[in-house]
Amino acid sequence: MKSKRLDLSSRRPVNQDSFIQEWPETGLILFNSPFDPKPGIRISRGRLCELDGKPEAEFDLIDRFIARYAIDLTRAEEAMALDSTEVARRLIDIGVPRQELVELFGALTPAKIVEVVNRLNTVEMMMALQKMRARRTPSNQAHVTNRKENPALLAADAAEAVERGFSELETTVGVSRYAPFNALALLIGSQTGRGTALTQCAVEEALSLKLALLGLTTYAETLSVYGTEKAFHDGDDTPWSKAFLASAYASRGIKVRFTSGTGSEALMGHAEAKSMLYLEARCLMAIKGAGSQGVQNGSISCIALPESLPGGVRGVLAENLIATLLDLELASGNDALASHSSIRKSAKLMLQFLPGTDYIFSGYSSMPKEDNLFGGGNFDAHDLDDYNVLQRDMQVDGGLRPVSDEDVLKVRRRAAQAVQAVFRQLELPPVSEAEVEAATRAESSTDMPERDVVGDLEAAGRFLEEGRSGLDVIRALAREGFDDIARKVLALQKLRLSGDHLQTSAMVLPGPKVVSAVNDPNDYRGPGTGYSLSPERRQEIASLNQALDPREIGREPSAQSGGFLRETGEAHAGTDPGEIVIALGPAFGTALRSTLLGIPHREVLQALIDGIRAEGLRPRAVKIYATSDCGFIGHRGAQLSGSGIAIGIQSKGTTIIHQRDLEPLNNLELFPQAPNLDLSSYRTIGKNAAKYAKGEPVTPVPTRIDNTARLKYIVRTTVLHLHETRQVVKDRKARELDWSPIQAAAGSGAVEKVTQA
Amino acid sequence: MEPDSGRGRIGRGREGDTGLRGAARRLTGCVRAPGGKRTMSSITDNYPLSEKNPDRLTTPTGASWNDIDLQSVLDGTLSMSDLRIAPETLELQAQIAESAGRSQLAENLRRAAELVNVPEARILEVYQALRPGRSTPERLEQLAGELESQYQARRCARFLREAAQAYDS
Repeated sequence: MKSKRLDLSSRRPVNQDSFIQEWPETGLILFNSPFDPKPGIRISRGRLCELDGKPEAEFDLIDRFIARYAIDLTRAEEAMALDSTEVARRLIDIGVPRQELVELFGALTPAKIVEVVNRLNTVEMMMALQKMRARRTPSNQAHVTNRKENPALLAADAAEAVERGFSELETTVGVSRYAPFNALALLIGSQTGRGTALTQCAVEEALSLKLALLGLTTYAETLSVYGTEKAFHDGDDTPWSKAFLASAYASRGIKVRFTSGTGSEALMGHAEAKSMLYLEARCLMAIKGAGSQGVQNGSISCIALPESLPGGVRGVLAENLIATLLDLELASGNDALASHSSIRKSAKLMLQFLPGTDYIFSGYSSMPKEDNLFGGGNFDAHDLDDYNVLQRDMQVDGGLRPVSDEDVLKVRRRAAQAVQAVFRQLELPPVSEAEVEAATRAESSTDMPERDVVGDLEAAGRFLEEGRSGLDVIRALAREGFDDIARKVLALQKLRLSGDHLQTSAMVLPGPKVVSAVNDPNDYRGPGTGYSLSPERRQEIASLNQALDPREIGREPSAQSGGFLRETGEAHAGTDPGEIVIALGPAFGTALRSTLLGIPHREVLQALIDGIRAEGLRPRAVKIYATSDCGFIGHRGAQLSGSGIAIGIQSKGTTIIHQRDLEPLNNLELFPQAPNLDLSSYRTIGKNAAKYAKGEPVTPVPTRIDNTARLKYIVRTTVLHLHETRQVVKDRKARELDWSPIQAAAGSGAVEKVTQA
Repeated sequence: MEPDSGRGRIGRGREGDTGLRGAARRLTGCVRAPGGKRTMSSITDNYPLSEKNPDRLTTPTGASWNDIDLQSVLDGTLSMSDLRIAPETLELQAQIAESAGRSQLAENLRRAAELVNVPEARILEVYQALRPGRSTPERLEQLAGELESQYQARRCARFLREAAQAYDS
C-alpha cells in the first residue's frame, strides 16, 4: 500500500521511464562486462597479430579492419604499456596538449581506450571533452521533418531553424519516395534568411548518395557502423563497404559523417555479451580507420536503452569523449527523447552542452515533437526559449540565438513562397497560397491543408528519374525573382570544388566561409584558453526577447498617474489615543504611484483609511524620509501615533503594523509578501491596527502562501525598492500629509466594490 | 550525370601520386622550404582554398571557380558535372589532413581523388559488391583490376583486394 504522497510521486514523469538491472550476457551493461576482453596488443614484424587478447586467426571483420587501418603500430607497444590511470590523468591535465593525446589514442586498442575512459568520473569526462573536441567553436544541428511531409512547412521550419543559429539541418522521410522533395524544401529553406546551413536527408544509402550527387543535399550523415560483425551485416554493410562509400562522397566533394552509438548491438540482439562502451569503441575505431572525418554518436535513437541501465548517461558521455580522442568530428546525439522527465533530459544535455561539442545536438527537433520523424528529439521547438535561457545562464555557446517574432515570420513566409515558386517553375504539384500562409503561422503539420499525396509522390518519382538537380532549383529560384536564395544555393554547391568542408569538423558560415578543425582547432589548455564568447556573441546570447530594461520598471504610464498627497509641515508626536498613523515610505504616492502588483497607491491608502474608520478610529498620514526599510518606517510612525499604533507601508506595498514600545525590527503583524496583498487585505490591515489600539482581540490578516511570488516579483521588488531608497533623505523629519482628495472619496461606492471583490 | 565530355578534362592524364602532388603544389603555388620539406603551416596557410585560393580551383571538366556564377547556371552552360572537385584539389586536401596528423582521412581523400573520374554507376556497383554476401573474392578482384587499369585507381584497387582477403578469411 502507498501513502497519498508516494502514490503521487510514483506518477511523476521520471517513473514512466524504464529502468533495469544489468544483464551482461545480452550486452545490457554500459561498462565492464565480465566478457569484455582485457587490453593487449602483440605486433610481430610490423603486423598486428593479437588484439585485446584475440589472436589474428580469430579476428572478425571489425578486428581485421581496426588492425589494418585504425592503430598506429609504430607507437602502439609503447602507448599500450602506459598505465591507464596515468593516461586518464593526462586527459584532464592542462599541461598535456590535445595533439599529444590524439597521437597517443591513435595507438591504443578498443579495450585500452575503454579502460582509460572508465577511470574518469563524469566531471572529468566533461573536462576532457572540452579539451579534446576537434573544433574550437561549438555548433548545433536541427531536425526538420513533418508528418504530412508538406514542402512549404519543411522550408519554413528550415528557414526558422537557420535564423535561430543551427548550422546543419537534417530531414528524413515517412514515405521514402518523398525524399527528393524533402531535400529540396530544406535546401531552399536553409538559404532563405541571412544565415546558411548544410542540409541532409536521412534515407537508404544509395538514395542518399544520389540526392547528394544531384546537389539536393549538401552533406550526409547516416553511414551507420556497428560494433559486432552480425549487427554490421544486419545493417547490410561491412567496414569496407562503408569506407568505400565515404570515399565515393568525397570524390564528389560532399561532406560525410558516420553514425554509431551505444545500445544498437544489444537492441539488434548481437551484442556478443560485450559492454555497450566496448562495442562503441570498436565502432569508433572502424570509423577512424575508414578515414571518416567524423561521427554522430551518443546512443542516437537507442538512448532510452543505455538510460535504463546504471551509468547510462555517463556511458553516453564516455562514447562522445572517445570520438574526440580519436580526433573525429563529434555530433553528440541528444536527438531522441531521452526521458519523460524534463529534469532528467535537461541534466543529460548538460554533459554535452557545458563542455561543448562540434554539434551539440544531432539534431535538435526544431519543430514540435509530434512532427519529428526521428523519434521525438530530446528538445523540441517549445524548448527553444529554455535553451536560449540556458545559454544565457551558463554563458555557454550552444550554437543558438534569440530571434524576434517578426524575423521568424518573415523568413518562414519567404521560404514557403520560394518553395511555391520553385514548384511552379518546375511544374510540380502546386503549393497553394493557403499552404504558404499556414506554413508561416503553423504550430505543426496539423495546421497544414492536405496535399494530393499520390500526385506529390508521382511528381517526386519523376523528379528523381529525370535527374533534376540543384542547378534546376537555382534556375527556378532565379527566374521567380529569388536571386538571393539562388546565389546562396549556388555558393554552397560551389564549395564542392574546394573540398574545404571535407576536413574534420567543418561547418559552413554565411559567405560561405568554412570553419573546421584545420583553421579553428581547439586550443584549450586551461583557463584563459580555448573557445570563449566574443563580446558580440555574449550580447547576442544575453538579448532575450523577454529581457526588460530595468530602468523602465516602475516608470510605466500606469505608475505615473496623478499626485494626491500634499505635505503640510513637520509631523509631531500626536496625543489623540484614537489616532492610527499611516507611515508612508519616501516614494509612496510621489516618486512611485503604485505597488508591485500595480495597485495605485491612492487606492491602497484609501483602503487602509477605510479599515481604520470602520473601527471608529481616526487615520492620520505621515511621510517618512529618513528610511526606506519597512520596519523602521512603521516604527517611526508608531513614535508619532497618539495611540502608539502605526501602519508602515513601502511603495512596493509591503506593510507592517507597529507599536511604539517594540524594537524597530519587531512588529505586531508583518505582511512581507506584497504580491499576496489586495485591497481587501489593506482594508483588514487598517481594521486590525485600529483593534490593537482599542485593545480588542485581533485575528491576524490571513496570508496566502505562493511559492512563485518571489520568483515572479523579485526583479520588480528590487527596482521599486531601489527607487524608494533613492528618495531617502537621512536627516529629514517626518512630514504631516493632507490627504483630502482621498477623504472626499472615502466611503464612495467604488471603494466598497473593490473591498468586497 | 557523367562528366561533360564537351570540356577539356584537366583531371585526366595525371596519374599516380607524383602527378597529383605536383599538380596540388601548382594549385596552391606552394614552394618547398629551403630544407626541402614543406612545413605544416605552408600547407594549411592555403586553407580554406575557397577563400584563400579560389582562382586556382578548377573542376574535372576544366571549368574554373570564376566561371561558375548565377549567369552561367541560367545560360545553361553549366551542368552538375562542372560542380565537382578535381583530383588535384582532393590531393591538396589530403596533404592538409595529413599535416594535421590525420593519416586515415588523408588516405580516404586520396581514394576519393582516384574516384573522381569513375562514373557514378560504376562507383555504386563497387559499393554494392562490397556489401555483405554480395561477391565472391574473384568478383572483387575483377572490380579491383578494372579500377586499376581503367582509372588508375591503385589505392582503391588495393582496398578492394584487402576487403576480399578479409571477407574470405
